[in-house]
Amino acid sequence: MAQRAQPISGTSGIVAGTCVVAAVLLAFVGIGLRAEPGTGLGPAEGQAIRFTVMQAALSALISVTLAVPLARALARREMPGRTLLVTLLGAPFILPVIVAVLGLLAIFGRKGWVNQVLDILDLPSLSIYGLHGVVLAHVFFNLPLATRLLLQGWQSIPAERFRLAAQLNLPPAMIWRTLEWPLIVRVLPGAAALIFVICLTSFAVALTLGGGPRATTIELAIFQAFRFDFDLSKAAMLSVVQLVLAGGAALLALWVIPAIPLTGGMDRPVQRWDARGGVQRLTDALVIALGAAFLLLPLLSVTLAGLVGLPLMPASVWQAAFVSLWVAALSVAVLLAVALPLAGWIAIRARGSAEAIGLLGLSASPLMIGTGWFILINPIADPVSLSLPVTAIVNALMALPFALRILVPGIREALAGHGRLCLSLGVTGWSAWRWLILPRALPQIGFAAGLTGALSIGDLGVIALFADPDRATLPLQMYRLMGAYQTDAAAGAALLLLMMALVIFWTCDRGARWYAKT
Amino acid sequence: MLRLEGLSIHQGSFDLAADLSVEQGRKVAVIGPSGSGKSTLLGALGGFVPVAAGQVLWQEIAITHAAPGARPIAMLFQDNNLFPHLSVAQNVGLGLRANLRLDAQDRARVAAALDRVGLEGMADRKPSALSGGQQSRAALARVLVQDKPLVLLDEPFAALGPALRQDMLDLVSALIRETGATLLMVTHAPEDVLRIADEVIFVDAGRAEAPTPAAEIMQNPPPALRAYLG
Amino acid sequence: MRRTLLAASLLLASQAGAETPVLTVYAGDYFTSEWGPGPMIETGFEEICNCDLQFSTGDLLPRLLLEGERTKADVVIGLTSDVTARARATGLFAPHGQDNSALTLPIDWTDDTFLPFNYGHTAFIYNETTMEAPPASFDALLEMPDDVKIVIQDPRTSISGLALVLWVQAVYGEASADVWTKLAPKILTVTKDWSASYGLFTDGEADMVLSYTTSPAYHMFAEDDFTKKAALFPEGHYFMVETVAKIAQTQKPELADAFLTYVMSRDFQSMIPTANWSLPSALPQTDWPEGWAQLPLPEKVLFYSETEAAALQAEAIETWRNALSQ
Repeated sequence: MAQRAQPISGTSGIVAGTCVVAAVLLAFVGIGLRAEPGTGLGPAEGQAIRFTVMQAALSALISVTLAVPLARALARREMPGRTLLVTLLGAPFILPVIVAVLGLLAIFGRKGWVNQVLDILDLPSLSIYGLHGVVLAHVFFNLPLATRLLLQGWQSIPAERFRLAAQLNLPPAMIWRTLEWPLIVRVLPGAAALIFVICLTSFAVALTLGGGPRATTIELAIFQAFRFDFDLSKAAMLSVVQLVLAGGAALLALWVIPAIPLTGGMDRPVQRWDARGGVQRLTDALVIALGAAFLLLPLLSVTLAGLVGLPLMPASVWQAAFVSLWVAALSVAVLLAVALPLAGWIAIRARGSAEAIGLLGLSASPLMIGTGWFILINPIADPVSLSLPVTAIVNALMALPFALRILVPGIREALAGHGRLCLSLGVTGWSAWRWLILPRALPQIGFAAGLTGALSIGDLGVIALFADPDRATLPLQMYRLMGAYQTDAAAGAALLLLMMALVIFWTCDRGARWYAKT
Repeated sequence: MLRLEGLSIHQGSFDLAADLSVEQGRKVAVIGPSGSGKSTLLGALGGFVPVAAGQVLWQEIAITHAAPGARPIAMLFQDNNLFPHLSVAQNVGLGLRANLRLDAQDRARVAAALDRVGLEGMADRKPSALSGGQQSRAALARVLVQDKPLVLLDEPFAALGPALRQDMLDLVSALIRETGATLLMVTHAPEDVLRIADEVIFVDAGRAEAPTPAAEIMQNPPPALRAYLG
Repeated sequence: MRRTLLAASLLLASQAGAETPVLTVYAGDYFTSEWGPGPMIETGFEEICNCDLQFSTGDLLPRLLLEGERTKADVVIGLTSDVTARARATGLFAPHGQDNSALTLPIDWTDDTFLPFNYGHTAFIYNETTMEAPPASFDALLEMPDDVKIVIQDPRTSISGLALVLWVQAVYGEASADVWTKLAPKILTVTKDWSASYGLFTDGEADMVLSYTTSPAYHMFAEDDFTKKAALFPEGHYFMVETVAKIAQTQKPELADAFLTYVMSRDFQSMIPTANWSLPSALPQTDWPEGWAQLPLPEKVLFYSETEAAALQAEAIETWRNALSQ
């Protein structure tokens, strides 16, 4: 079938896609320029690859499994504060990793709240360190994502079906079989695949919670090859392994990954007539309480610890916060400049396989991209003076796959609704962007921008490699505080980081939706 | 004159052929059973449905493969005729300038068109603040400023009640008379045909027949049309 | 009027900047923060050099290796003894020209390129209020019950982590693998860098942390906290040193030499303890700041030269990795 005419062309998207591919490939060229024959991959690297795949698979599996009861309970319960709860439950996903680890340790650590309770009850204590700790942290990050994807699916079941089920007086088991199970089968594999890819490239979590060298991820091995052995060829080889693993898994999964839904509309449950029994109410309440406790207590502990530290923070932390804000803004700008044309191109294509380009940035090691560019920039300019822009670009690349997942459906919908009208009016090219796509997809754009800004602000990123002393980012400054015995002030900085990530996300997301409404 | 010369459309297992011409200034109703291809025919004229063979000619110039916006055509669809995020004036203004850079003269034309369709004072409203009839009027105001010699209506008033729909048809009729444009309009209702059309194109069994005078065909319909009208 | 004044003063400032020679010193990331020694060193040196000292921070060795001949550094400060071999091999460095005999290190230092400016020893730090019976020797540490938890650093990402592996190697030699097997159940976790480990210790997550013999000094002198102690072992403690070195191709050799001389000066050396929470490399113990001379320090000091360390390192790390991967 001939392709339908569209008011926008794919040219700018193809250019943007080429830029992304070039950014990654050039970094490898840079590494290649300086790599000498190294030791190759040994048993340590083999172990790292196995561990990485295993923890990612476990994290994905457990995240989606736990998300089923949580999303189910949230979908069918109306209660005061539900909107706020659903919003807050999304927070861990945009939480800076170093902040999240502090929060998790305060709850699940050896002297954490859970173990203190177990101690009082005279029960054996839990250890967070090791494979299960890494998985726990990944579930903490990704359970919100899986829950959100499922909740969206649940809310796509039309109210009429529940009305019909109520009319036929179907028992819970039948409602599960006829309405809920088909939905889960449709949404779950994609959600699991997405989480698998995210966990595959994890770095910071394994550093503290891994418990030892058996919990080395590929990204950590890349860091070691680079930092300790200075074996660029080994680092590059590991990067390729990671790229192939993550990219391959992502490519396979792309067919089944669901679009990331907007938060809007999810604050209202579909009216339901089923699940009114006391036992069901009780289990749902229990599930919601447990889920909320798991996701929110670490945030609470970070907040409590940070409140003590806030007044102890030196002025340089505020300066660093300002720098981070700037980097985040730059990341958002870079992201939108790349993601919008790319999403436009993907939206007008019959098949979405071009979205794989977006995954390139996530699957490639940020450390390798940063190093490759350092080598390329060095002969031309001072890489240190460019460290902030490079950080911003790398952060934008990391957020690209999420942004595409969010933007493409929005643009598709705008084009499906009014593309024909644009064409008949001759509103094409930039005018179509200006008068149709940008205003129609504004909520999605705000969501993507907020997500990118929040992810960017919490990322230590490549800046640690060659930081300008006067332009430290907030995460870097937080590490400096920790490295200078200033633990309390570092906790304050962590709270500041948490607040900034949430505020950036909230401002972009809500701001865009508010603007779109008026 | 609009001429369809050996026109042939394939969409999956669906085929439609047309070989006909429409004189300038005529008001033509396109009727036929559901799924017969009325909208497909208009879509092909508008440039939204690819043409497999044959030509679409306007004043003997081929526009078969021209971009939709480059054709001498103003078109209204069944739905989504207005951008919900733009004001009424902006929606109409897009008919004049695709980039919405309107000068004073353009703005005056937009205002005049809105006056003409009875939407004075509503220029700054969003479509959602208008009733269904007012939304149709806004879309017609845009057709007016587009000032194209050929107007295609693909049942844009289908969702309106009978009285409102007749009001709209009267308005369309008046506008077409004022501008001297040629009108092609898909409809299901025989009373619409009699109210507005000079001629009828009957679409059935994969063919769009040549236009026949409306009064004549409605009084003495061929068997297929009779079966459709019931 | 105010604007012209401002413009004029900016102009003057930039002219002054143009006339003053700039000495570019590469330093580790922690160095220039307000809690690092950088700001004091900058003030101190600029008072005597009539120059502008500018620190440029980052990951020292990778950066030098990446930049190669194009490096903008005149002097590099903070290279630790584990990376001097690799740094030497770049051929970027020139002899320091200082008198090694002025050094007051517990070991003999003969290197003519990398000049030590501070030192310390690896040690396990504990809190005496929560740990009543700290181990009195390395052997005793190994025999502690497994519910005593220690945090250490990864030898592949951290200098102190590497020093620990070499420490075990120096004390136990062939028996290292058994030592690691005995330690493994007591190791709570292995962190990437020192600060993450130390944070776990101060948060109460771990009972002991691999750190430096000078760590208690920070708590004593900066926080008036006398509860943090270094467990001193008769088997000896591994020596760790940070060095400063001159880039051979520097355009400002005199200024670089002046900086190295400043590093050996009494001003600089007496600043090091409280500025860097470590021991000065060229200052007799009697001249240390008040209280520092009373800091408990190990009797016996262990150290591998860079060639010895290079020969042992890979195997020692593999032994560590194997034992902890079980």
